[in-house]
Amino acid sequence: MISPHPIFSLVGILLVVLGIASGLIWLERRLLALWQDRYGPNRVGPFGLLQVLADMIKIFAKEDWVPPFATSKVIFVLAPAVIILTVLMSFTVIPVAPGIVISDLNIGLLFFLAMSSLGVYSIVLAGWASNNKYSLLGGLRAAAQMLSYEVFMGLSLMGVVLLAGTFRLSGIVAAQRRLWFVVPQFLGFLLFLIAGLAETRRLPFDLPEAESELVAGFHSEYSGMKFGMFFVGEYIGITLISAMIAILFFGGWRGPLLPPLVWFLLKVFVFLGFFILMRASLPRPRFDQLMAWAWKLMLPLALGNLLVTGAVVLAMHG
Amino acid sequence: MFGIARTIWDIFLHGFRRRVTRQYPEQPAYLPPRWRGRIILSRDPDGGERCVACYLCAIACPVDCIALQATEDSTGRRYPEFFRINFSRCIFCGYCEEACPTYAIQLTPDFEMSEYRRPNLVYEKEDLLIAGPGKYPGYNFWRVAGVSIGGKDKGEAENEAPPADLHQLLP
Amino acid sequence: MATIYIDGRPYAVDARQNLLHACLSLGFNLPYFCWHPALGSVGACRQCAIKQFRGPEDQRGKLVMACMTAASEGARISIADAEAVAFRAGIIEGMMQNHPHDCPVCDEGGECHLQDMTVMTGHDYRRYRFAKRTFRNQYLGPLVHHEMNRCIQCYRCVRFYREYAGGRDFNVFGIRNLAYFGRYQDGVLESEFSGNLDEVCPTGVFTDATHKRHYTRKWDMQFAPSICPHCGVGCNLSPGERYGMLRRIVNRYHGGLNGYFLCDRGRYGYEFVNGDQRLRQPRLRLAGGPQSLPQKQAAELLGEWLADDRVIGIGSPRASLEANFALRAVVGARHFYAGVADAELALLRLALEILRRQPAAPLRSMESADAVLVLGEDVTNTAPRMALSLRQAVRQQPMQALEALKIPAWLDHAARELAQQRRGPFYIAAPAATRLDDIARELWRGAPEELARLGFAVAHALAPESPAVAGLAPEAAALAGRIAAALRSAQRPLVVSGLGCRSTELLQAAANIAAALRRLNKNNGRNSPKANSTAEARPDDSSSENDARLALAVPEANSLGLALLDPHPLSQALDAVRAGAATVIVLENDLYRRLPAGEMQSLASGLDRLIALDCIETPTTRQARLALPAAAWAEDDGTFINYEGRAQRYYAAYPPPGEMQASWRWLRDALAVAGREAGRWETLDDVLRALAAEFPDLAAAATAAPPESFRIHGEKVPRQPHRFSGRTAMSANLNVSEPAPPPDPDTPLAFSMEGAPTQPPAAILPFAWAPGWNSYQAWNKLQREIDGPLRGGNPGVRVWPAPSSGERYFRDVPPPPAARAGEWRAVPLYHIFGSEELSRLAPGISQLSPQPYLALSEADAARLGLGAGEALVLILESQRFTLPLVIRPDLAPGLAGVPAGLGPLQGLALPAWCRIERA
Repeated sequence: MISPHPIFSLVGILLVVLGIASGLIWLERRLLALWQDRYGPNRVGPFGLLQVLADMIKIFAKEDWVPPFATSKVIFVLAPAVIILTVLMSFTVIPVAPGIVISDLNIGLLFFLAMSSLGVYSIVLAGWASNNKYSLLGGLRAAAQMLSYEVFMGLSLMGVVLLAGTFRLSGIVAAQRRLWFVVPQFLGFLLFLIAGLAETRRLPFDLPEAESELVAGFHSEYSGMKFGMFFVGEYIGITLISAMIAILFFGGWRGPLLPPLVWFLLKVFVFLGFFILMRASLPRPRFDQLMAWAWKLMLPLALGNLLVTGAVVLAMHG
Repeated sequence: MFGIARTIWDIFLHGFRRRVTRQYPEQPAYLPPRWRGRIILSRDPDGGERCVACYLCAIACPVDCIALQATEDSTGRRYPEFFRINFSRCIFCGYCEEACPTYAIQLTPDFEMSEYRRPNLVYEKEDLLIAGPGKYPGYNFWRVAGVSIGGKDKGEAENEAPPADLHQLLP
Repeated sequence: MATIYIDGRPYAVDARQNLLHACLSLGFNLPYFCWHPALGSVGACRQCAIKQFRGPEDQRGKLVMACMTAASEGARISIADAEAVAFRAGIIEGMMQNHPHDCPVCDEGGECHLQDMTVMTGHDYRRYRFAKRTFRNQYLGPLVHHEMNRCIQCYRCVRFYREYAGGRDFNVFGIRNLAYFGRYQDGVLESEFSGNLDEVCPTGVFTDATHKRHYTRKWDMQFAPSICPHCGVGCNLSPGERYGMLRRIVNRYHGGLNGYFLCDRGRYGYEFVNGDQRLRQPRLRLAGGPQSLPQKQAAELLGEWLADDRVIGIGSPRASLEANFALRAVVGARHFYAGVADAELALLRLALEILRRQPAAPLRSMESADAVLVLGEDVTNTAPRMALSLRQAVRQQPMQALEALKIPAWLDHAARELAQQRRGPFYIAAPAATRLDDIARELWRGAPEELARLGFAVAHALAPESPAVAGLAPEAAALAGRIAAALRSAQRPLVVSGLGCRSTELLQAAANIAAALRRLNKNNGRNSPKANSTAEARPDDSSSENDARLALAVPEANSLGLALLDPHPLSQALDAVRAGAATVIVLENDLYRRLPAGEMQSLASGLDRLIALDCIETPTTRQARLALPAAAWAEDDGTFINYEGRAQRYYAAYPPPGEMQASWRWLRDALAVAGREAGRWETLDDVLRALAAEFPDLAAAATAAPPESFRIHGEKVPRQPHRFSGRTAMSANLNVSEPAPPPDPDTPLAFSMEGAPTQPPAAILPFAWAPGWNSYQAWNKLQREIDGPLRGGNPGVRVWPAPSSGERYFRDVPPPPAARAGEWRAVPLYHIFGSEELSRLAPGISQLSPQPYLALSEADAARLGLGAGEALVLILESQRFTLPLVIRPDLAPGLAGVPAGLGPLQGLALPAWCRIERA
């Protein structure tokens, strides 16, 4: 297969990612409705597909309001850009199919972890710049939650790295030629799945915005397209996590019969559907429960997983 | 932990159930006769306006969306000079109907009154008056009230004695 | 004070009162109908039943009527007793047997005492299944509407109309349960106080016929605390507005002045505000015809014209103190002229001089006067509400016998039974009959000078220092002696006069009598003893008011206020115009009423720019180059100074509509255009501050009511009742978005239903309401004690300090008037409906107002062989008027009665010598 020029990959991936993110708006509402015995948006266009367009027109037509009481208007405006930027940056290292990758870094996995850590700034700054007690509380919750879950997120992936022997994501995919890592690293997969949910602040881990207590938390004061960027950022975030799960544990583009790109997208959409199913079924935990799980359950489990994997690898190669 | 997995599974299975949504404009909704929807002003069995402009609906209205002005014809029959309901404020609570002493104001099973312009939701008396007595076919306030109007003199109302003769001094 | 026990708890109450009075004063809700604080108890309705116990051990007790039982020391009563509660519910049920099913179309609904009491007692279902009794209604005139079916036979109306107000053409007819309240046949009610039936009637038998034409429920009106603009008494009113239209007037209780009652001119004169005689648009008269101007352009034009320094201003006795002061500031003190005839200004100055020495009696203290001399004033027609108070004074002396018989004064039927037809000393000296003649012990008729001579003679008989009258007729001298004796032996004598006869000597005579009475009072060491009287001077009135011996009726609402601003006489304004003043601003005044028509014509023709600022179209505004629409009194805030020198603030019930605005704002805007330093007022308080700075005497006027900054719990006082309805629909036909309530930068009141939930000070209390009390009876809940001042004291302040000593006598006794051959002395005759400029524009009032006429005495008419209705020509100086003759047997011979303020006769300078010819 001839690898296209990275610039084509870049444009292609960007378009596809943004397309998926916006399509997710429709998909999420339809799937939630399906699981709640409803129809969801079905009036605008065939199957309500043009709902996305209608929502977009609406969100662009909204008043682009910056609160006059904002702590810093510059930061208030920049914050939503940061989240979009960091999530999109992570996609540069994602190998979609053989040869279709923007930049196949040898530290791809570390780059992904670094970018998702940076994402927290967006939320904290948005909460602080809004100069609103609910927003600030949301921002602080996000900081604590994301820091805590990042710790074992990284650790949960180290088993995969040990097995593959590389941080390069295409290398990890290549290493799953025989066996998807979900089998040897099932615990790692579960831990990463939970950490991924927490990192993207998806239900049931949406405590930073918790509308019932914090009235939308860090983005209370956001409207129009700035709110839209948080919104789209979240969808790109879950697309990214889904893609990472597919790459790290389910063999990336690998699969029989169908072309690699299709396999990859298929796997991604299964996990996207799973994320939405989680939202449809699980209630939100208390914040102290959230923190307790991270530090008292997930971290020891991730460490244990790393030790056992290390021991097995040592034993096999030693 | 098992409980969480079980929940997720149960919800997933809902994806294969029948949907409960009623496709409203294609499948019209059933509205019971006492549904509280669009407000009308009814007429009494003789065809006269039932509203006597007593202002009780206006005071009962929690959103203050009823305004009217009383006036009288030459025989003393009172009626509203104008009667205005601002449906863009109305919450269809039905307090006006409850307050109405003459069954004039009634809520009907109709709620399909969307408009593109808010001023179109301001209804005047001409828009509110219907031709019949609505939910209460038999009642006519003026046949009960002890004031005289055209066609009904003192003592001719229900349960009334003829006007007293002040000159008779029988005990 | 006495201690009584109500439901087991002790309370301190006034022992001279009955238990109903005591319970209501303490704030208990006890239903009643026939009792009225001003009318006393008769026990007719049986509604206020309570249980009374003989002592602490008595458990059974007996039902008594609270209004008929004295609040004696140690009385033990129960309001909540089950038997009493059931009894009261039964009484209501009985009353409702025949009550028609017509509350929705009844004008009383929503402010009905019967409704309130029915709710209070809990009756809600008519069990009686037999036919209802019905009655036919009567036509009672254009002011009062009759709907007899609603009657509950409480007898309040007939007690008020006949016994309190002295009316004769209204009574109760019929027998057993067919008691009928009305006239013997259809016809206009004669009493000038018939409008009070609306408030006295606990239900809707008598309602306001003018209000009926544009009916609005009480809860839907926007009210304002206001003062009556139709005479100098200064009764407190509560005008109500809806949809930008003044809907009606009701009484606003004032413990020292009007109490519970108004006269019909004050109650029904309001309709001029809605009439088509309003001036609504600024108007510039050009060669090509009149041209309407927008407000801004008109103010600019006015400002340009003011830049000229040859501007003079003419004030007005019916404009507020603030408007007059603003005009004075605009034109300068040197160019500020009184908008009244010179003779009237001189009289007003004299009245001020007298009133600074002799405190004037408030109306409520007049009710307790036990000897009265009315000198030359037809009070019923010039200061009507005063006549109702004076009428109560004749009861005082007969009621002194009550004490010996141990009959309490509130036991009205017994008190009246005891008095029978006996009346206290009440003397009237007037040119013609007055409406108080029926209660007078003796009458005296004559020309104003003769009346003055009688007055001087009385003063001399009371105090020898007062000048003697030479050459008094023996009958007059004898009468003077009798009057003096009656006044001398009285506890609280009173002399009433006024500007009605337009006679200086008359005022001086009255002042001399009052001075003599005060001297006597001091010498005898009598200090206004608190005897048993129904209407004692209120405790919050200063003691100087308690020993006030004088009242002078002034012609207009702010006559004294205008005189206090020190204006120059009107004739000097004419001189100034002749000397070259090119611009004249006439403030809320029709100069055709102040000057003979000829003089006014010459004034207007010699003028370049006549500017008239007024709320109504008058001949003056039609003549003006620039006519500017001023807010009428119900749309404006300001201060009037009444006959006793009490400054009272009135407030706008609604903002002036359209192009109209307050007079002082017109002048302020013009000053801004003219670029003057003076008059940079933003609010009414600024004007009052400037007024106080310029007239330290009038500083008290600024304190007549709370300033704009006054707040209760940080909120303004709402003008609307809290259940004001239709807010989101009333203007939805114009704009579906509700407008914000209009701002009110001038007053502590808001054009809104939102605001302070507690009772504001009396001066800014817009209307009477208390929880469970929607009718006028709610005043009971707002008074310190029943029939006393409102909480926070009576509104208004006296602008000059109480005089300490005033015994100085006027020495110029007039000579007896010499009759002139072939000439008559023309004197003004007043009419409650018609003589006043604004109220006569109200349709209801104008229906009752007489046509212009010329009155001669029976003797004179017979001597000349004239018949009633014959057309005569009245020749007064150079003016000729053709008028029908009215023969008045009561008119003193030699006098020609000319109705004041009617038609073409309005600008005449009376009294004057005139000639009469056949037409």
